[in-house]
Amino acid sequence: MSKLPFGDLSRRDLLKTTALVAGAVAAPAIVSRANAQSKFDWKRFKGEKIDVMMVKNPRSDLLQAAEKEFTALTGIEVSSEQIPEQQQRQKAMIEFTSGRPTFDVVLLALHVQKRLAYKGKWVDDLRPLLNNPEMTNPEFDLADFGEAGMNFATQSDGAITTIPHFVDFWMLYYNKEMFAQKGLEYPKSMDEIVTAAAKLHDPSKGVAGFVSRGLKNANIPVWTSWLLGQGLETIDPKTGKLNTDGPEAVWAADFYRKLNKEYAPPGTIGFNWNECQTTFAQGRAAMWLDGIGFATPLEDPTKSKIVGKVGYGVTPPGPKAHHSAIFCDGMGIAQASKKKGAAWYYIQWATNKENQLAMLKAGAGAPGRQSPFKNPEGVQSKTFAKDYFDCMANSGKIGRPGLPQIIPVTEFRDIFGVALTNTLSGADSLTELKKATETFKPVLEKSEQG
Amino acid sequence: MTETTAPAALPPTVAATRATTPPSGKPHDFSRKYWVFAMPAAVIISAVIVFPWLFTMFMSVQDWKIGGGIDFVGLDNFRTLAADSRFRESLWITFYFTVLGVVLPVVLGTAAALVFHREFPMRGLLRTIFVMPMMATPVAVSLVWKMMFHPQLGVLNYLLQQVGIGPSEWVFNPNTVIPTLVMVEVWHWTPLVMLIVLGGLAGLPKEPYESAVIDGANGWHMFRFITLPLLWPFIMIALIIRTIDALKAFDIIFVISEGGPGTASETLNIFLYLQAFQFYKIGYASAVVVIFFVIIVMLSLLLLYSRQKTKWNA
Repeated sequence: MSKLPFGDLSRRDLLKTTALVAGAVAAPAIVSRANAQSKFDWKRFKGEKIDVMMVKNPRSDLLQAAEKEFTALTGIEVSSEQIPEQQQRQKAMIEFTSGRPTFDVVLLALHVQKRLAYKGKWVDDLRPLLNNPEMTNPEFDLADFGEAGMNFATQSDGAITTIPHFVDFWMLYYNKEMFAQKGLEYPKSMDEIVTAAAKLHDPSKGVAGFVSRGLKNANIPVWTSWLLGQGLETIDPKTGKLNTDGPEAVWAADFYRKLNKEYAPPGTIGFNWNECQTTFAQGRAAMWLDGIGFATPLEDPTKSKIVGKVGYGVTPPGPKAHHSAIFCDGMGIAQASKKKGAAWYYIQWATNKENQLAMLKAGAGAPGRQSPFKNPEGVQSKTFAKDYFDCMANSGKIGRPGLPQIIPVTEFRDIFGVALTNTLSGADSLTELKKATETFKPVLEKSEQG
Repeated sequence: MTETTAPAALPPTVAATRATTPPSGKPHDFSRKYWVFAMPAAVIISAVIVFPWLFTMFMSVQDWKIGGGIDFVGLDNFRTLAADSRFRESLWITFYFTVLGVVLPVVLGTAAALVFHREFPMRGLLRTIFVMPMMATPVAVSLVWKMMFHPQLGVLNYLLQQVGIGPSEWVFNPNTVIPTLVMVEVWHWTPLVMLIVLGGLAGLPKEPYESAVIDGANGWHMFRFITLPLLWPFIMIALIIRTIDALKAFDIIFVISEGGPGTASETLNIFLYLQAFQFYKIGYASAVVVIFFVIIVMLSLLLLYSRQKTKWNA
């Protein structure tokens, strides 16, 4: 082989290097041509500035930290703010009603605001943008979003008003060590939850068999999780009929009362998720039914005594059906925005495969897309065991809304939440649910008329 | 006819102020120009007090939900309120919370003032420690109290167990939630009452006590017949301030119990918050405000009347 005047560099190395340099030089032209073919150009709205209103949570932290990448990609400046959940919902309500929202992109809690946002004409139907090849990146891949999230994002007439950014699955956390000590397997049915709770409940050691929310309003998803085991949602999504005082609803309320009264720690009647989380993290409860989005502190040694002992189980099947109650956040474009193009670019970027994968990797919750779960990088974690990811993936397959998709969701939660709390104080389930149903009926009817 | 003298009904000084005769011989009626000086205050009061109040009255007779339409419904909101068992329950809870939240701090604060009025070692340090709760931010202390109330992991039940008392469910039980919230209120606001009464004690005249000693009165007699009657005006001020504070209490209740369990600690303020900012029923919430306003006005008049009655006679 002839020696070239570049030290030890062989001819093959030289050819390889030349090819790489040539490729790098030609790359922009190739990308540009590809863009021209797809008609999509990330720089189309260069120089614009958009406002984004988020909810305060780790997912928003991730997006804010990556905003510079979006600006580098598109030339669009982003001004984003994070607001605590309850206040963010109030701000959205007031600003959208005023007709002049101060943001272009908004994160909506679809389990609460889906119908309200569409009826109130808060956000745009995204279908024209999704179908426009000049406006939507060919790599966006809407089909990658899971069915559970897309059901939330899609209105009854087919309009897609948001892109599902985050999906929360209700599941059963369990303490593997406690189960092993009693020789118990993970419950295969809802009835087995009760059996296991009875065996694990030991007040003398300060250990409860089961814990879940008892505080009014917050306690509704616990009840709806059990009701889904009867194959019913609280309001039939097709007929709009209230399923809140039938035998199935009463069964679910009795089930709720049994677990929260007989096998729960004292005071659960006033517990929200944070009290439940603390109780479980301190090894004072064997099982906890709640959203998987609350998992991270359980694996943090500074906050938890049960690191590495947490099992993540899909909500067990009920007597008639097997479902996981789901909740969803989505991103939409304010109808009043004057920068809808730039806003849509932001949503495409925020919900792209890379950012959704980053969410899963960071343990910030379940993304709306399916591809992160198929990516080995996404489901390998130093913090979480495999069952954490399996639980999310499998819950997604059997997900159904944990709250009714109606406008007065908050009233629903309040009225039925009080009824359920009253059952913990000894009131009769049927009487309480009938009373709550009678109170709520006119509220629902009025909301549909207006 | 040109007016050159003051009307007979007015006192001479007022008359001199209102109408004077300048050297030119033409009188100025200043009373017609003074309103200009009152305008800034009048505008501000109208904007921040009168207009919101009138607007609230207007909203209270509308069926108005944010995001929906506005319809005039007359007194329907008030009729619905009268039939709303949850509203009536919230009135009772407000009354219960207010009575306990006023009486206990006033009694304990007065007792503390009597103690701290005496000379004893480290009085200054102990008094400073005693007033510290009052300086804490309500929301921050509420969060700390909430953690301490945790039935399994809270420090309060641990302490109870150390002295052989069984655990309590504190704010996690419908029967104990109001007394527990009042306990936080008492811890927070007793120092304020103590400072008010202590100020009163410092200003009491010494002569009645000297006379009483000559007359052979004992300590109890002097407290019962001299100190307490002389302190009443100050205790009344503390009562008025505490009543207003207890009636408007929101932060402590909202952070610690959110009005629960169930509706066991849902005071009128929490009920109002739910209607206005959770259910967005602005008309209905405004009707609650109007009723609340009437209650406050009546209570204030009663307290101010009582205050007049307890004033020292010069």
